[in-house]
Amino acid sequence: MSKKLLSEKFYSELKKIRPRYPINQAALLPALHLAQAEHGWLSDEVMDEVAAAIDIPPPVVREVVTFYTMYNLKPVGKYHVQVCTNISCALLGAEELMGHCEKRLGIEGGETTRDNKFTITEVECLGSCGTAPCVQINDDYHENMTPERMDKLFTELS
Amino acid sequence: MAEMIVSKFFYKKEAAPLEYYKKNGNGYAALKKALAMKPDEVIAEVKKSNLRGRGGAGFPTGMKWSFIPKESKVPKYLVCNADESEPGTFKDRAIMTYSPHTMIEGMIIGCYAIGANKSYIYIRGEYVREAEYLEKALEEAYAAGMLGKNIMGSGFDCDMYVHRGAGAYICGEETGLLNSLEGKRGEPRVKPPFPAIKGAFGGPTIVNNVETLANIPWILNNGGEAFAKMGKYPNSGGTRLYCVSGHVNKPGIYEFECGKVTLRELIYDHCGGIRNGRKLKAVIPGGSSAPVLAAHELDIDLDVEPMMKAGTMLGSCGIIVIDDSWCAVKAIKRITHFYAHESCGQCTPCREGTRWLEDVLHRIEDGHGKEADLGLMLDVANNINGKTLCALGDAAAGPVLSFVQKFKHEFEEHIKGGKCPNA
Ligand SMILES: Cc1cc2nc3c(=O)[nH]c(=O)nc-3n(C[C@H](O)[C@H](O)[C@H](O)COP(=O)(O)O)c2cc1C
Ligand code: FES
Repeated sequence: MSKKLLSEKFYSELKKIRPRYPINQAALLPALHLAQAEHGWLSDEVMDEVAAAIDIPPPVVREVVTFYTMYNLKPVGKYHVQVCTNISCALLGAEELMGHCEKRLGIEGGETTRDNKFTITEVECLGSCGTAPCVQINDDYHENMTPERMDKLFTELS
Repeated sequence: MAEMIVSKFFYKKEAAPLEYYKKNGNGYAALKKALAMKPDEVIAEVKKSNLRGRGGAGFPTGMKWSFIPKESKVPKYLVCNADESEPGTFKDRAIMTYSPHTMIEGMIIGCYAIGANKSYIYIRGEYVREAEYLEKALEEAYAAGMLGKNIMGSGFDCDMYVHRGAGAYICGEETGLLNSLEGKRGEPRVKPPFPAIKGAFGGPTIVNNVETLANIPWILNNGGEAFAKMGKYPNSGGTRLYCVSGHVNKPGIYEFECGKVTLRELIYDHCGGIRNGRKLKAVIPGGSSAPVLAAHELDIDLDVEPMMKAGTMLGSCGIIVIDDSWCAVKAIKRITHFYAHESCGQCTPCREGTRWLEDVLHRIEDGHGKEADLGLMLDVANNINGKTLCALGDAAAGPVLSFVQKFKHEFEEHIKGGKCPNA
């Protein structure tokens, strides 16, 4: 058997999660979250290992992964900047904010900077419409965003 | 404002711990009370309260619970719908942040009432922090003996887990949610069978919204009758959390007794009116899936039935306010893009129709629209409406039909002038 790509921690977490459900496949979404947290994205090899770990066929894993937007099918930067441009955010300047991010980083939505620091993605409503526009960077929300506040964040993170 | 039920702890303490909930909020007294009653009596109390589901459809909660068969050979489940992905809606996130135990207490009571020993919170994947708050609250509840074996010495066992989604609007639809819980693509199921008969892992299942469940402890503590008394209309008790976003001076979450505030009062008296001295153009009152209202249609009580009578819906209470600086075509174009992006693709009318609508709206906004386009949009929308497995199709069609009807002159201006007048 080839060398494992997922850590001991992945396997011990999975062991805790599996008994929460009556069927193996129900552990798939949590397992994929854990795997992505370790690798940043889900390569074919990682998906195969997840399939083996919860004992379901590999094509089932692919079928599921491709349904959801949060699973990355290619590497993303250290900071994944996700700009909501849905209606409430758009009303308060989210499209301009997205344009500003693209210009500042010199990339377009869906792309990653050459130094692998930033990926920028346009996303749908984040449930933060009352404090729009909202930008999610990795796990954290940044609310009431403006181009100026965005620049400050980029400087801090660079 | 009247007594606040659900927003009582808002903006006080993030991830409010169990001790805080006990000291300031009668915490877990309702569970104790419920466990001393028969499960049927708990359901009867909820029925009496006239609590209607807060997730979007407004279905009476007590009645839903009573659909669960008493005897079942397979395990029953209660699942909390914390997917909150209807654009314009942001109340459940506040509940999970500031009042996680209220919702968890409501869930345990629900489990006891329907006879479920296992329960899941299906939370949208993006809410990473909120999922952490819930994990912590569950840990506290286990440690205090409110979850696990023999809860408060009652003999009732209940386990509860957080299950994170991974980015898909359709997983808010209850059967898409159940498939996603089972580790599948979040594609809605054919109904019947309804989840109350065959839901999670094949067992009878209740799916309830976060806010719905957060009302349960109050109902047990104060009685269904007191809850039913709140609100203007007889068949709808308690309060609602109204989420206001867009071009108002004070966006945010406002709690009022059901139907005791009109859309006009909410926007002008409570949210400080329209920003920058502009004029109101349109309001989408129930999350982006609700048909739009024009500026002169604001004198409607904010409750399920008055909104239906006005040709729209209260939905998830996500009230999106649009001023006259914005173009109506641009607004509906953005909304339609969302539905085209989120259509799961199972039903042809929705998969193809939403993309077609988006294309047509694009070309109108860009000034390349044709005169026949208005009729074409109505035709496409009418061929989605009511012709799909789940309500996402209706959610996409209704807004388009209403925008074309109420802002027809703007569409015509775009087509005749060959450009967006705002551009
Ligand atoms: C496309 C679509 C998306 C939905 N999204 C949500 C959601 O994010 N949260 C929610 O509670 N209900 C959502 N619903 C409604 C659920 O299907 C279900 O009616 C609700 O969770 C029932 O809970 P309640 O009776 O407490 O309202 C959605 C429905 C549809 C058709
Ligand atoms: S529309 Fe951007 S967070 Fe809801």
